[in-house]
Amino acid sequence: MRLIVENLACRRSGRRIFSGLGFTLEAGEALTVTGRNGAGKSSLLAMLAGRLKPDAGAIRVEETGEATLTECLHVVGHRDGLKGALTAEENLTFARDILGAPTASPCEAMAAMGLAHALNLPVGYLSAGQRRRVALARLLVCRRPLWLLDEPTAALDTASQGVLAGLMARHRAEGGLVVAATHMPIGLDHARELRIGLPAATEDAAEAEAWA
Amino acid sequence: MIRVLAALVRRDLVLASRVGGSGALSLVFFLMIVALVPFALGPDLNLLSRIGPAILWLSAVLATLIGLDRIFQADEEDGSLDLMTASPAPLELVVLAKVLAHWLTTGLPLALASPLFGLLVALSPTAMGATALTLLVGTPALTFVGAVGAALTASIRRGGLILAIVVLPLMIPTLIFGVSAVDSALGGTVPFVTPLIILGALSLIAAVVGTLAAAAALRWSE
Repeated sequence: MRLIVENLACRRSGRRIFSGLGFTLEAGEALTVTGRNGAGKSSLLAMLAGRLKPDAGAIRVEETGEATLTECLHVVGHRDGLKGALTAEENLTFARDILGAPTASPCEAMAAMGLAHALNLPVGYLSAGQRRRVALARLLVCRRPLWLLDEPTAALDTASQGVLAGLMARHRAEGGLVVAATHMPIGLDHARELRIGLPAATEDAAEAEAWA
Repeated sequence: MIRVLAALVRRDLVLASRVGGSGALSLVFFLMIVALVPFALGPDLNLLSRIGPAILWLSAVLATLIGLDRIFQADEEDGSLDLMTASPAPLELVVLAKVLAHWLTTGLPLALASPLFGLLVALSPTAMGATALTLLVGTPALTFVGAVGAALTASIRRGGLILAIVVLPLMIPTLIFGVSAVDSALGGTVPFVTPLIILGALSLIAAVVGTLAAAAALRWSE
């Protein structure tokens, strides 16, 4: 699959966050999105995930057959989509049923994340890092070509960061795409980098005038 | 499609049984209101049995509001809703499954428990049966109408009060036909079936319109 983003602009609560953003991602490529706090990294991922409407610009996918963008992607972000009262296995089984295209079983996915022992524990009992690993295990229970990761290594220990780097490398070798918003290196080799900077100064002035 | 529907309903039922959330709470609330009325009106059994069906229906409408605000808000907060929108199944199906599960844990117990609570307001056996049947047919309409409000207020903190204000006026038709169906079962010029059929129609209309509207509200709220 190919992901094409053209001239994307983001506006939240009336304020322009970024504009003129564009990139093309081919199969097997990865993109790290960097920028200061509040630069719009999470907003960019939310737009790619279809949860936020772009102010301008377009997001397209090619070579995916009939599937739309939202049917091609996995999201792992700050809101992990796990229910504390359900066990890890129930959470993963639910994700598998909902997302379709199942691959690994919840048991295998948890084993790959080194959490096989926690399979039948309610997710609410797990630590922040373990919880994040359960959310990452979701990447493995269904096959989806585009992974959107928002600070995927937050709360992860060094060993788990290595596991995640291995998973991402394997995913890319199979033709998958990774877009990760991060502040630190997360072990993506030959990743392209997109740095979201401040909006253009002229625009800021125009904006200030509009507000005045 | 069916697998997604089944997975959603199963998950919400398991969650409701483990967290012990709104289902039991709304049943207790229902009992509270029904129990309060005789204290307010005094021990006039004739009066109570005459207005009993109306009390039960009014209590049921109010009890439906309990927990309604959490249908979508809980999933919006922890990101589960993002997971559901990424599903190949349309959002309407997700809404339908969630509302169905909510009705199974709140509306259905209300309808089943209403004959028991009818004792508190001195209902005759016929009136108990009629009230239970009308609640069984009518509560889906209440839940589906409520779901629209729940979807609109999903991203608002403490949206429960706004939800009640938005949703209660829309529940009036169901209330009218629910109570009038019970009244006609206890004698009157209109046969029992006529208002009951209209009540069923209201539920079906609410199921269609409510599902579409709630899904649209969830999409629009981003």
